[in-house]
Amino acid sequence: MPAEHSNSMAGRMAATLFIAALVMCAGYAALFIAPEEATMGLIQRIFYFHVAAWSSMFIAFYIAVFANIAYLITRRAKFDWLGLASVEVGVMCCTIGLVTGPIWAHPVWGVWWTWDARLATTFILWLLYISYLLLRGLVDEPQRRAMLSAVFGIFAFLDVPLVYVSNRLWRTTHPQPVILGGDKSGLDPTMGKVLGFCIFAILGVMILVLLDRYRVEKLRHDFDELRFEVESRAADAQSNLAKAKP
Amino acid sequence: MKNFNSLFAAWTAVWAIFFLYEVSVARRVSRLREEIERLKQQLREGS
Repeated sequence: MPAEHSNSMAGRMAATLFIAALVMCAGYAALFIAPEEATMGLIQRIFYFHVAAWSSMFIAFYIAVFANIAYLITRRAKFDWLGLASVEVGVMCCTIGLVTGPIWAHPVWGVWWTWDARLATTFILWLLYISYLLLRGLVDEPQRRAMLSAVFGIFAFLDVPLVYVSNRLWRTTHPQPVILGGDKSGLDPTMGKVLGFCIFAILGVMILVLLDRYRVEKLRHDFDELRFEVESRAADAQSNLAKAKP
Repeated sequence: MKNFNSLFAAWTAVWAIFFLYEVSVARRVSRLREEIERLKQQLREGS
């Protein structure tokens, strides 16, 4: 194994262990250190990972739109890879939010789902980014695929600020924001610290997964180049053989 | 311990989704590495 590869594996392992330790501490803090919420009780503890997943999703989609714009300006393939990796990881975080939300909602609201502005805009966001991933599968030519994906990615991102402001602008069944929500919002200081720690831990997981996903695209690029070389050589060999025949 | 099952289900869902996604990414990495090695081998044999 080359020394460079072995060093990168060691670094990756150290980062994974660090993030795993952070996640375990965050889980302990969310379950045992954060005080119990007065009206909802135990079920409110979903909050710490539900909100952390949403925060990571927002950051992933911000990275994606940055990569989409950068691709349209520079036409460099690595921005296309970053855009794709961020969207896939963002969709994963969005899926976590969409799964944990109804599990929390059912005992509290009495329904699994309701079409209020926050939930509807979020579901549309999930559908838009799923469409982005499906769209990529329909176009074979790499430059055309990257260009179309970048344009569609920017269009899909328009829903991200709408999701954020939806429960600030409209009356929703989903609770009003407890952070940056104005005078009437607020969080117990211990709850706030635990939430911050959980966001940090989940963000660490998200970045680790994002780097892995980016590596897949880089490897796919290396694979395509090698395959092209193998096919070119095979074609050359065949034409030489044809010329040599009397 | 009211709603413990729901809390447990939500936490399991969080880690199951992360885990399944990471496994799918790791499988894609190892499959591509194998394919790259195979092509490199083909090129070495051809030259």
